[in-house]
Amino acid sequence: MLAVQVARESQAVWALVRRNFHLIRRYLGWEVVFLFYNVVNTLTIGLIGLAMPAGTARNREVVYLAIGALLWNFLSILFQEVSNSVQWERWEGTIEYSFMAPIHRLTYLGGVCLWAVLYGLVRTVVVLLGVAFFFHIAVGGADLVGAAMVLLASSVPFIGLGLMAAVLPLLSTERGAQATQVIQGVLLLISGVYYPVAVLPHWIGWASVLSPATYTLEYVRQAVLSGASVVSLIPVSVGLLLSGVVLIPIGLIIFMVAERYAMHRGTLKRNG
Amino acid sequence: MGAMPAIPPERVALEASGLKKSFREREAGERHWRQVDAVAGIDLVVPRREILGILGPNGSGKSTLIRMMATLLIPDAGYVRIFGLDATHDRMAVRRLINRVSVEASFFKKLTATENLAYATGLYGVSNRQSQQEAARILKRLGLPAQKLRVPLEQLSRGQQQKVAIARALLTSPNLMLLDEPTTGLDPKSRREVQEFILEVRATHDATIIISTHDMEEADRICDRVAIIDRGRFVALDTPRGLKDTYGLGRDSLESVFFNLIGTTLEQDSIDP
Repeated sequence: MLAVQVARESQAVWALVRRNFHLIRRYLGWEVVFLFYNVVNTLTIGLIGLAMPAGTARNREVVYLAIGALLWNFLSILFQEVSNSVQWERWEGTIEYSFMAPIHRLTYLGGVCLWAVLYGLVRTVVVLLGVAFFFHIAVGGADLVGAAMVLLASSVPFIGLGLMAAVLPLLSTERGAQATQVIQGVLLLISGVYYPVAVLPHWIGWASVLSPATYTLEYVRQAVLSGASVVSLIPVSVGLLLSGVVLIPIGLIIFMVAERYAMHRGTLKRNG
Repeated sequence: MGAMPAIPPERVALEASGLKKSFREREAGERHWRQVDAVAGIDLVVPRREILGILGPNGSGKSTLIRMMATLLIPDAGYVRIFGLDATHDRMAVRRLINRVSVEASFFKKLTATENLAYATGLYGVSNRQSQQEAARILKRLGLPAQKLRVPLEQLSRGQQQKVAIARALLTSPNLMLLDEPTTGLDPKSRREVQEFILEVRATHDATIIISTHDMEEADRICDRVAIIDRGRFVALDTPRGLKDTYGLGRDSLESVFFNLIGTTLEQDSIDP
């Protein structure tokens, strides 16, 4: 019985991933534009580093900024894909059908998250290739395995944050999607994407410790710029995973409470 | 309302009792919210393999009632039981037994019918191959050419989209099908094809069907019983023959029943402040 249930839920996860893949194919023109913008945006940010006088510090600054842009690209794709999943279903008018299916909400959101990770990785790799080609960055002493480990660990808490943000379009048809941009914007501000968090004013700087992206950026930079070993990065990776273990269930509970509220209010049916 | 003989519990497909649902509404420019009673106390027992029609004017509560049966809305009071399972507390189990077709054929418009059906049935654990084979059979039966399965849904007519929506519901082999105005907007030929198919589904799938409609002729033709709903309440529930005999004012049409029952309240509307 359990095996049947697991098979059924796995099929549902796969159905969600396949659906999103088909959607990307149909909106290929959009994808090309988004990707082009991502590459150009990352190059532009890296070029700020090139404005420094030639030398080791300049190289370091370019890599520092490029890491920020690449990581933010990956984490924001994760966050957007998860938080916009509800908005997308509202837009197409399919939300009632998806939510009426006999699967656990965790399965539905798991499918959305799995797609988000795969899609985010592919897009980030494409941008990375563009950056490497443009800047000819030398990262000989970098610990890329350690950097990848931190990056993957950080996707777990970001999925939890995405689940919390996905609640907003569920609660407010008209304003929910826009409100998720506010959350994303605050994370961008406090996480030290393009600058050390130490430069933040005190009144906002304290909030940087709450963002998983702060640790991701700091330790990926340590791995790439200073060659921090995999072993030295294990504690922060475990910490990020643990924060995800806390944030994902909290996100799921908040989502389920919001869904129940929407089923009381009758707001599931309205298309945004 | 026509009395119905007691049905043994194992023969009951759906039972609703004291069902109520209200919403808060505020029109543009209004400062205060007002409460609208969409469903104002409905009791209903539907035996297995019955086709029950729900007839009512716009805004009478048909869709709200069907949404509560479909586990998409939580009632304010009362309950819906489907094959003995509570639609609020046993949602997952109920969802395995039901499916729904809504008045708007809701799909990912850029995806093809095949891709949409693969997604929808995948959520129910139906394999892609099984879904495609069965979808082709159902849609052929409904008169949709096979090549239409491979074009984006946005390029299909509304009638064709609605046929795909019916296929989507059937592919999961539901024991209870909830059809919310499935033939609204269809041309007469498509409407007739869908009606024939509903009768065929009942005969071959042992399914119980609840269908809301504006089409009196449709209700008369395919429904075993018809409930007339107005302002969230059933004002009559009987076989089409029984309704015509009791409320038809000597005419042999459900339309005269409908206007007799609903027209009275319209007159009251114009008199009441």
